[in-house]
Amino acid sequence: MSNKVIYAIYNDDDILMDAVKKTRAAHHHIEEVFTPFPVHGLDKAMGLAPTRLAICSFIYGLCGLSFATWMMNYIMIQDWPQDIGGKPSFSYIDNMPSFVPIMFEETVFFAAHLMVITFYMRSRMWPFKEAENPDVRTTDDHFLMEVAINNNEEELVSFFEGTGAVEVKVIEKH
Amino acid sequence: MYTFSSKLKTFSFVLMAVGLLGIGYGFLTAPKNIQEVEALLAAESHGGHGEGNHEAASVAHGSETTHEAVSADHAKADAGKHEAKAESEHKEHLEHVFHQLSNKPWAALYVACIFFMLISLGTLAFYAIQQVAQAGWSPVLFRVMQGITAYLPVGSVIFFIILVLCGLHFNHLFIWLDPEVVKHDELIQTKSGFLNFPFWIVRAAIFLAGWNAYRYFSRKNCLAQDESNDNSFYKKNFNYSAGFLVFFIVTESIMSWDWIMSIDPHWFSTLFGWYVFASFFVSGITMICMVTVYLKSRGYLENVNSSHIHDLAKFMFGISIFWTYLWFSQFMLIWYADIPEEITYFITRIQEFRVPFFGAVVMNFLFPVLILINTDFKRITWILVMAGIVILLGHYVDFFNMIMPGTVGNSWFIGVPEIASVLFFLGLFIFVVFSALSKVPLVAKRNPFIEESKHFHY
Repeated sequence: MSNKVIYAIYNDDDILMDAVKKTRAAHHHIEEVFTPFPVHGLDKAMGLAPTRLAICSFIYGLCGLSFATWMMNYIMIQDWPQDIGGKPSFSYIDNMPSFVPIMFEETVFFAAHLMVITFYMRSRMWPFKEAENPDVRTTDDHFLMEVAINNNEEELVSFFEGTGAVEVKVIEKH
Repeated sequence: MYTFSSKLKTFSFVLMAVGLLGIGYGFLTAPKNIQEVEALLAAESHGGHGEGNHEAASVAHGSETTHEAVSADHAKADAGKHEAKAESEHKEHLEHVFHQLSNKPWAALYVACIFFMLISLGTLAFYAIQQVAQAGWSPVLFRVMQGITAYLPVGSVIFFIILVLCGLHFNHLFIWLDPEVVKHDELIQTKSGFLNFPFWIVRAAIFLAGWNAYRYFSRKNCLAQDESNDNSFYKKNFNYSAGFLVFFIVTESIMSWDWIMSIDPHWFSTLFGWYVFASFFVSGITMICMVTVYLKSRGYLENVNSSHIHDLAKFMFGISIFWTYLWFSQFMLIWYADIPEEITYFITRIQEFRVPFFGAVVMNFLFPVLILINTDFKRITWILVMAGIVILLGHYVDFFNMIMPGTVGNSWFIGVPEIASVLFFLGLFIFVVFSALSKVPLVAKRNPFIEESKHFHY
C-alpha cells in the first residue's frame, strides 16, 4: 500500500485554524500541522490532549527537595556534625533555616532541568537530529497541514482546495 | 445593580452585635487591679501551670521588661536580702501580668481593627496597580474593588480613634507612649525624636487622609468617566493612581514602623515594611476573589468568567509565596546571625507563640501552595473559597503574631475578646462593603479597557 499524504499549505494562521476545524468536522485524520510560530488555540482545534509536562515538573521538584534534604542531613548532621560558628547540628530541624536556600535551589534546579530534558526526549529533539521540515517555507511564513490519504485522493484534494489553501500537494511518503 | 440581600444584612448585624457583646465582655472581665491578678494567678497555680509561666514571662517579654530587669539588677546589687528581693520580684511580676491582662482586650481590638483596615488598603493598592498597569483583564472587577475599599474610611476612623485612645493612656499597647517607661529606658529615649505622640498621631492622620483621598477621588472619577464623552477622567485616574502608589509605598513603610513595629520599640527590622505589605496585599487580593466569587454565585457579575477568577487565584498563589519569602528572609537573617538585641523578637514568638507562629506559615504558604498550584483547581469555586478562608485566617494570625507578643506576651489566648473583635469588624466590613456595592452599577461603562476585559480569556 502506498503511503500518500496531502500537504495543504496556507499563508495565514486564521485560515489555517478554519481549515483545521473544517477538516476535523469532515473526519479527515490530521497527521501533523507545521507552523512557523505558535498559533494560539491550534492544539484545542486539533483536539490534542493537554500536556502533562507540568505534572512531571512538580514530581521532579519533589525529588530535588528530597535530594537536598537527604544530602544536607547526611553531610551536616549524620556524617560529621561539627560545631560551625555555633550552629546547632544536633538534628536536621534545629539547623533547617540554613539549609532552606539549598533546598529551594535544588527543587528549582531539578524541576527545571529534568522537565526540559523530558521535553526534549518526548519531542525527539537533540543535536545532529535530522530536521523534519516537509517544506522549508513552514519555518518562515507558511503553514502546512498533513493529512493521510486512504484511496480518496481526488475528494481530499478538492476538499483542501476549498479550505483556502494556497497550494495542495500529494506526496509519496517513505 | 446589586441589591444588598436582606439575609446578608441581617447576618452582618448579628456579627456586629455578637462582636460588640464579646468585646464588652472582654473589657469587663479584664482585671481592674493588682489584687485581682494575684487572686487569678493563685487560682491558676493550683491548676498547675502558673509558676512555669513566671520565669518565661520575665525573660521573654523583652520590650516591657528591660527596664524592670535593669532595676531588678540594681536591687540585687544594693540589697542582697533575699526575702526583700523575692518580695519585690513577686510584686513586679504581678504588675507585669496585670499590664498584660489589661492590654488583652485592647490588643484583640487593635489586631482585628488594623487587619480589616489593611485588607481594604491592600485592595486599594491592587486597584491602583491595575489602573497604572493598564491591565486588560481587571476592569470588570474595578467596581468590586471599589466596594471593598469603601471600608477604608470607616476602618480608618475607628483605627484613628484607637490610636488616640492609646495616646491618652487608656491602654498600654505602645509602651513608648508611657512617660514612666521612657524615663527609665535609654533605648526608647534615643528614639523619642521619632516615637513621640504628637508626631506619631500627625503622621497617622496624614497617611490615613492620603489613602482616603485617593480612594475618594478615584471612585469619583471612575463614576464620572461613565457619563463622560472622552477619556479625560480615565487619564486623571491614571495619574492619581501613579501618584498614590508612590505615596503609598512610602507611607506604608512608615505605617508599619509606627503601628506595628513600635509595639516592640527595642527591636527593628529593615524589611518589615515589605513584610507587612505582602501580608495585607495578599489578604486584599483574596478578599477581592471572595467577594467576586460571592457576587458571581448570586448572578450579579455576568462579565466575569473563570479566567478572571483564575487570574485572581494566580495572584493569591504568587503573593502568598512572596509573603513567605519575606517571612523567611526576615526570620532566617536574624536567626542566622543570632544578635541578642534582634533575636529576642523571635525567641518570644517561638517559645510562647509556637503554634500561631509556625501555624501561620502552614496556613499562608504550605496550604495555598499545594492547593493553588493546580491550574484546574484555580477555577473551582469551592476550592478557591476554602483556600481564601485559610489565607485570610492565616494572615489574621500573622498580624496576631506581630502584635500580641509585645502587648500581652505569654498571657495570650484566642478567646472571647479576640474572636469577638474579629466578628465585629467582619460584620462591619460586610455591611459597609455590600452597602457600597449596591450603590453603583457593578460594571464601569466607559473604561477604555472594559471591552477587552469582558472578553478576557486565559
